[in-house]
Amino acid sequence: MEDGIVLTMRGICKAFPGVKALNNVDFTLRKGEIHALMGENGAGKSTLIKVLTGVYEKDAGSIAIEGCDGEAKIHSPQQAQDIGISTVYQEITLCPNLTVAENMFIGRGKGAIVHWKEYEKRADEILKSLGIPARANQELSRCSLAVQQMVAIARAVDMNCKVLILDEPTSSLDDKEVARLFQLMRDLKAKGVGIIFVTHFLEQVYQVSDRITVLRNGELVGEYEVEKLPQVELVAKMMGKSLDDLAELERIGQKGAVSDNCVYEAAALSSSECRPFDFHIRGGEVNGFTGLLGSGRSESVRAIFGADRVTGGKVRVRGKDVRINKPHDAMKNGIGYLPEDRKRDGIIADLSVRDNIILALQVIQGMNHPISRAKAEAFADEYIAALQIKTASQDTPIKSLSGGNQQKVILARWLLTHPQYLILDEPTRGIDVGTKAEIQKLVLKLAEEGMSITFISSEVEEMLRTCSRLIVMRDRKIVGELSGDDLTQAQVMKTIAGGEQTDE
Amino acid sequence: MFEKKNGAALRTREPLTDTQMLMFISIGIFAAMYLAAVLFMGGGFRKPQMFFDLLNDNAALIIISCALTIVMITGGINISVGGVIGLTTMACAIFVNSRSGESGTVSILLTLLLALGIGLGFGILQGFLVARLEIQPFIVTLAGMFLARGLTTILSLEPVTVSHEGFQALVESRVKVPWLGYVAPNGNLIPAKIEIGAIVAICVVILMALTLHYTRFGRNVYAVGGNPQSALMLGINVKRTVFWAYVISGLLSGLAGFVFLMHKPAGNASVAMRSEMDAIAASIIGGTLLTGGVGNVIGSFFGAMILATIQKIIFLSPLNASWWQDMANGAMLCFFILLQSVILMRRNNSKKAGNLLKNLKIHRADKAPAGKEDHHET
Repeated sequence: MEDGIVLTMRGICKAFPGVKALNNVDFTLRKGEIHALMGENGAGKSTLIKVLTGVYEKDAGSIAIEGCDGEAKIHSPQQAQDIGISTVYQEITLCPNLTVAENMFIGRGKGAIVHWKEYEKRADEILKSLGIPARANQELSRCSLAVQQMVAIARAVDMNCKVLILDEPTSSLDDKEVARLFQLMRDLKAKGVGIIFVTHFLEQVYQVSDRITVLRNGELVGEYEVEKLPQVELVAKMMGKSLDDLAELERIGQKGAVSDNCVYEAAALSSSECRPFDFHIRGGEVNGFTGLLGSGRSESVRAIFGADRVTGGKVRVRGKDVRINKPHDAMKNGIGYLPEDRKRDGIIADLSVRDNIILALQVIQGMNHPISRAKAEAFADEYIAALQIKTASQDTPIKSLSGGNQQKVILARWLLTHPQYLILDEPTRGIDVGTKAEIQKLVLKLAEEGMSITFISSEVEEMLRTCSRLIVMRDRKIVGELSGDDLTQAQVMKTIAGGEQTDE
Repeated sequence: MFEKKNGAALRTREPLTDTQMLMFISIGIFAAMYLAAVLFMGGGFRKPQMFFDLLNDNAALIIISCALTIVMITGGINISVGGVIGLTTMACAIFVNSRSGESGTVSILLTLLLALGIGLGFGILQGFLVARLEIQPFIVTLAGMFLARGLTTILSLEPVTVSHEGFQALVESRVKVPWLGYVAPNGNLIPAKIEIGAIVAICVVILMALTLHYTRFGRNVYAVGGNPQSALMLGINVKRTVFWAYVISGLLSGLAGFVFLMHKPAGNASVAMRSEMDAIAASIIGGTLLTGGVGNVIGSFFGAMILATIQKIIFLSPLNASWWQDMANGAMLCFFILLQSVILMRRNNSKKAGNLLKNLKIHRADKAPAGKEDHHET
């Protein structure tokens, strides 16, 4: 193996039933570099990582790692760890019922007896040196998600790894935590660790990375040095198309006519999870809830849909008083809700794409009016084509689709019920730029056709692009409403921060 | 901000984990129940011997509760334990009778090996099916239970009473605990007596508690039960861990069969019928969650003792009938599950609230007092 190279993957192929996830992909990691692995959802990033860490067995190709002669044998995560590959996955892969120290040291080391006191001392030292606000003997489930993520990183860091894989490590961290993580990455880089960094955030790539490898549709697009690849070009390479689509969207904004009649009105609506709030939306309007994570955005729309226990308030749909106590009530009143947590609340993993699509319609029609097979197939075909869902067939289980395509299936499920009012809670989370643009355009198109849409996203730019009215939340309360000329990023930030913002 | 928090936190005690919390609840309930029995039932409960009788009579139950606890922590279940006890007692009774007239110690050791061997066989078979072939543990062990009961009946339809003299001597033997005796009316001190089986059971509990707490394997068991996918990613050999959990469970069932024979020296096709259900109840009362990842054997020990105490109280009360006992056990189980879920729910809520508070603190300045938020600009 050449000097300075810590890992080479050559000609990696991996197929799943019906999908070729990786086709002849090469990847090279040098010592002491931060190497970003980029690509849209379903481009094969995760598959490549999982092949490297032994979760999947590759179909063809070779992997060589510094310090091991010839082909590296990686058949299990354990073996990957042993030869110096540490991984921090996007979903937190720790055990909530164990302590922080146990999570950092379990599955490592030899010998039958564990000296926890010693481990706890070491864990405390590591946590302190990395500035992670957790204690070694704390139960992991008592830590916030961000801290859990950092514990996972601390574990990986402590393993003296040659290759550190960070798969979307920043998606649950706030800016300060991200900055700390980046510092950590630079420190490790200085120590000669090769870091593979997978992320959706383009700016972050340019902040820390030295090199970028781009994948598309399971194939290698190329390897580039960061300085030589402007951001626009990177996006173009990831999408395989020009950026005009996004730019155009920026210009359009919402232009469809908004009717004066409220499709949905709520007065002092409250649920077990949120305080009373007033809300309304007009026909053909796109509005949105914004605020920090945990500010009550999702809880509010869940109350509207009746997904949480509704505890009070008056609701009027198209001028008529109605009671919405459970999702079924909301659906009968023409309201659809695309939930925030796609895996938990959205998809039924083992059902086919078709069954997932017709689910909501079937519920509305009731058990006594089954949708015929032919009809279901026609519906599925129609929406797979309309939303350009990439799936092997409509019989494919939804779990084998990529995140963006799963999201489109859920979207199709609601569109099929022809709702008058559709709530989209983080529809673009964890989805690549191309699909994001598609979904944004779709939202605007639906609004033009007269549908009312409430759109929630963590990305303010995206909300500004699509919404004509923004409801700003802080600490589980509505603190402001912006529309017209006030719809600027600065104004949104100011409202979120409120009068008492102090720069830290 | 973090450093400051860290420093302050190091001095504070960690809150109890769910496992510890549930264990302390069951210990507390056992203590309260026993105390109530001493105060209101009087009689036998006033003598220390009563406590040891509970141990003596329920040694096998305590051991299989441990056997269930370890697989329940992995998120599985083992309902073959009662069947294995039945098979072991029958096989051992026949075997030891066949060696009548031969040396006591050797026969007993061979019988013990036979018991452990049967248990081990079931453990390995079930462990293989559950861990390697990933068949539902409930189904695997249900089949194991039928198999064991069937084999027992094949061995003998009639009850087999142990006639081996050496073994009978073992059955009769008691360890005296003189400092916990009671003074008879005539002034003689009558020491409390404890059977060998009860001592074995207590050793098993201690050994299992140490194993689960201090060995790498033990912690892996918790990790696998907490989140198998994560455990795999953390580099734990999930299949091997689950396999060994079932092997240990089987081994303990075999041992429980031997202990059972030491308490009631007869093999019988219907021996320890339904005892797996009692063991599951004991584990749950002791704080083991069926969902896995939470529980420990000390809790299960007290769970078994709680069931034993209920049994004794009803036996000594005017309500002495098996249905009252079943209903009392059922009510107890229900009460416990309710108590557990209420407590866990409250804890989880406070956890969530705590995390939310932390997140807010990260985002916002510390000095904004809570009250001020109520009247800010529009």
